[in-house]
Amino acid sequence: MSRQLWSFHGGIHPPQYKELSNQRPIAQAAIAAELVIPLHQHIGQSAAPIVEIGAQVLKGQEIARAQGYVSASVHASSSGTVIAIEERPIPHPSGMSAPCIVIATDGEDRWQKQPPVDGHYTEMEPSHLRNLVRAAGIVGLGGAGFPSFIKLNPTGKVIDTLIFNGVECEPYITCDDMLIRERASEIVAGINIMRHALQAREVLVAIEDNKPEAIAAMRQASANANESGIEVVIVPTRYPQGGEKQLIKVLTGKEVPSNGLPFQIGIVVQNVATAYAIHRAINHGQPLVSRIVTITGDGVKEPRNLEVPIGTPIQHLIDQCGGTTGDIERVIIGGPMMGFAMHSTAIPLIKTSNCILVTRKPDQPPPLEMPCIRCGACAEVCPVELLPQQLYWHARAKEFDKTQEYDLFDCIECGCCSYVCPSNIPLVHYYRFAKTEIWSQEREKEKADQARKRHEFRLSRIEREQFEKEARLAQKRAAVQQKADSGDKGEADKQATIQAALDRAQAKKEQQQEPPKNTAALTPAQQRLVDEADARRARLDAATTAASNKEAE
Amino acid sequence: MHLNTSSSPHTHSANGLSVVMLRVVYALIPAIAAYAWLFGWGVIINLLLATITALATEAVMLRLRRHPITPFLKDGSALVTALLLAIAIPPLAPWWLVVVGTAFALVFGKHIYGGLGFNPFNPAMVGYVMLLISFPREMTTWAAPLSPDNQGLDLGQSLAWVFSGALPAGVSLDGLTSATVLDTLKTQLKLDQSIDQISASPIFGAMGGAGWQWINLAILGGGLWLIYKNVISWHVPVAMLGSLALMALLFFAVEPTRHASPLFHLFSGGAMLGAFFIATDPVSGATSIKGRLWFGAGVGILTYIIRSWGGYPDAVAFAVLLMNMAAPTIDHYTKPTVFGHRKGSDGR
Repeated sequence: MSRQLWSFHGGIHPPQYKELSNQRPIAQAAIAAELVIPLHQHIGQSAAPIVEIGAQVLKGQEIARAQGYVSASVHASSSGTVIAIEERPIPHPSGMSAPCIVIATDGEDRWQKQPPVDGHYTEMEPSHLRNLVRAAGIVGLGGAGFPSFIKLNPTGKVIDTLIFNGVECEPYITCDDMLIRERASEIVAGINIMRHALQAREVLVAIEDNKPEAIAAMRQASANANESGIEVVIVPTRYPQGGEKQLIKVLTGKEVPSNGLPFQIGIVVQNVATAYAIHRAINHGQPLVSRIVTITGDGVKEPRNLEVPIGTPIQHLIDQCGGTTGDIERVIIGGPMMGFAMHSTAIPLIKTSNCILVTRKPDQPPPLEMPCIRCGACAEVCPVELLPQQLYWHARAKEFDKTQEYDLFDCIECGCCSYVCPSNIPLVHYYRFAKTEIWSQEREKEKADQARKRHEFRLSRIEREQFEKEARLAQKRAAVQQKADSGDKGEADKQATIQAALDRAQAKKEQQQEPPKNTAALTPAQQRLVDEADARRARLDAATTAASNKEAE
Repeated sequence: MHLNTSSSPHTHSANGLSVVMLRVVYALIPAIAAYAWLFGWGVIINLLLATITALATEAVMLRLRRHPITPFLKDGSALVTALLLAIAIPPLAPWWLVVVGTAFALVFGKHIYGGLGFNPFNPAMVGYVMLLISFPREMTTWAAPLSPDNQGLDLGQSLAWVFSGALPAGVSLDGLTSATVLDTLKTQLKLDQSIDQISASPIFGAMGGAGWQWINLAILGGGLWLIYKNVISWHVPVAMLGSLALMALLFFAVEPTRHASPLFHLFSGGAMLGAFFIATDPVSGATSIKGRLWFGAGVGILTYIIRSWGGYPDAVAFAVLLMNMAAPTIDHYTKPTVFGHRKGSDGR
């Protein structure tokens, strides 16, 4: 069964180094004495803690709840005592700290009493399935960490193709490879649940041809499950094929529009590890408390894959792989192409961490960054078909508007350009710099706009108050006048009253000519609604006048 | 423990700038060998003079500009400029011609714009055109290919000629030199000779100039190797040679007695060198794939126009410099369509 495959532009074939870590089976990581569980391990809003310091928690117990729609709950990944809720360094490129719940484990690893499984998934409403996935805190385990229940909601769209990403194109990483090899039938169970939730017409599992064992295991499992509807597609190894949009192009020939999402073209892509997690959640009632992580690189003695409780410090994992081999240069979370280097090994592992790559100090100093000679090697490998050298040129010159003309924000930061650059220019670094600058400029501009609006509002308020004050004064003067004139009653008095009334009416009319202050800064949509209301009112007035005229006749 | 936290990617492929430049040098070796075989010691002397001048000028300029000298000397770009210029200068040129040309190429063609990567024009061609305009006599005094009748000068005699302008007794400059085929073609056509009559001259070979055609074949071989090694892409050479051949074919088909054949145009003058080694200079050329096709086509067409109707017999250098000027504009109009910006490809 062979399927037509398409291709994406560029890409590279870096050395794989996968055999370092895929020779040993997945092992259970020992429970660390202290688990540091960040509240923000996903795209969207942080979860809010629902336990207090001192609380006894059990494995699988919800300790922080999702806030808002795009968010994910966080669960205790082992049993123990909450000893702190505080800022700790988290796995983030900036090396920043963020709120974490710290659990001193009791070593018993006791599960909470699991709720009874609500029957078979095929009898569940897709919305109920989504609620269960949401409650289990499952996020995309391929690296982006987008809350999974959202991607199980087709929002009225017909999902033609549901793709499971087992491509794992980054060098060194083998966690998906090993997961498929060892637990393919569980992945198939998860796939079936997701297919049911999305009512997808076609289900593909994409695996690169450098993983023959995984391909065989996946084929076997889908055949065993008697699932003729799951097609295992072998794709030729090329980085960055695991990128969502690149994979969609390869499998379907369709391009996800810039700034668009796959579901807009009837496609959903999920990671195979996410399917496994969903199987655990729906069929066993276990929330996401652990994941498979590759610990590899020339810096660790026994590279392998471990099943790791979320929140385990990196150092603890390195120790379980025999420790380091000598002078360590980098500790990278993720792969060598897109991972980020950490400043410490005390940092915990989170839901999206697929790999810990430890590298030794190289024998030779890194080559010097030389000038760009516009050789275009970067453009040849760019999977997004950008002109990296032009982006670099403008980013360096801080011409950020130009970088946007060259579609800076379509860059996926895959690193192919930097990888092939003969001048050793850290191109991606320049693009990140440009993006950050543009974001901060936009924030500044937004702030300035808000300040300007506030200022304008204040000016108009002062003006209105002045006007009202004058009107009141005028009224008072009229009243005083009236009092003074009260001596001669009769016609004059009547005249004054009429005049005062006229003045008041005039003042009121003038005041009304000032536009109402709450309509100063309307969006076009709001303005349209106001205009429509005005038009209705005018029609109504006209009708009333006509009716009363008629009556008068 | 201090950890390196530089940003991704954390890995890099091995080929550095110097590897790229060295491959260009290797690709020139067959052509240089053929050139020296056919024209004698003068070629070697030119190459050495140009290399020494280029490296010295580069070092001085780097020092003046307060740049690290060793890494930039090692990048090999100055060496490539020197070799390309030396190949374009007649083997019987006096030493100062090579020195002035090379120094000018590096100072005014390269460093004055900010050094490697910032020069809008191909430095070797800047040097060449300056020499051609300033010293037309020296630059058009081409040696005749060596033959049993013309043994040329030995090493000592060559050195004496290059450095002091002295020729051995009984040898005249006229005996050593010969007009180039492009030059002959131009002057003879003005005298209303037909192509057949002109090419009956012994200086014409089967494809280009006698002797010269072998050098051009060697350049072609080196160029193909560069494409194979992915140092250059095929776009510029194919576009340039293709458009040159097409132009030649167009006029040759209409009036074969007044216009030379496409093959002749491809294998004489600087066409091959230009196509594979000059117009492919990434710094001064267009950078997008489509842009490279336009750039190459422009060089080819301009070369034909200047050769046929311009004031100079050969035109590759002028064509390249003119297209260098157009490169930013070409790049502007040939931006590739970015992924996800295509219309209709997303199935909507």
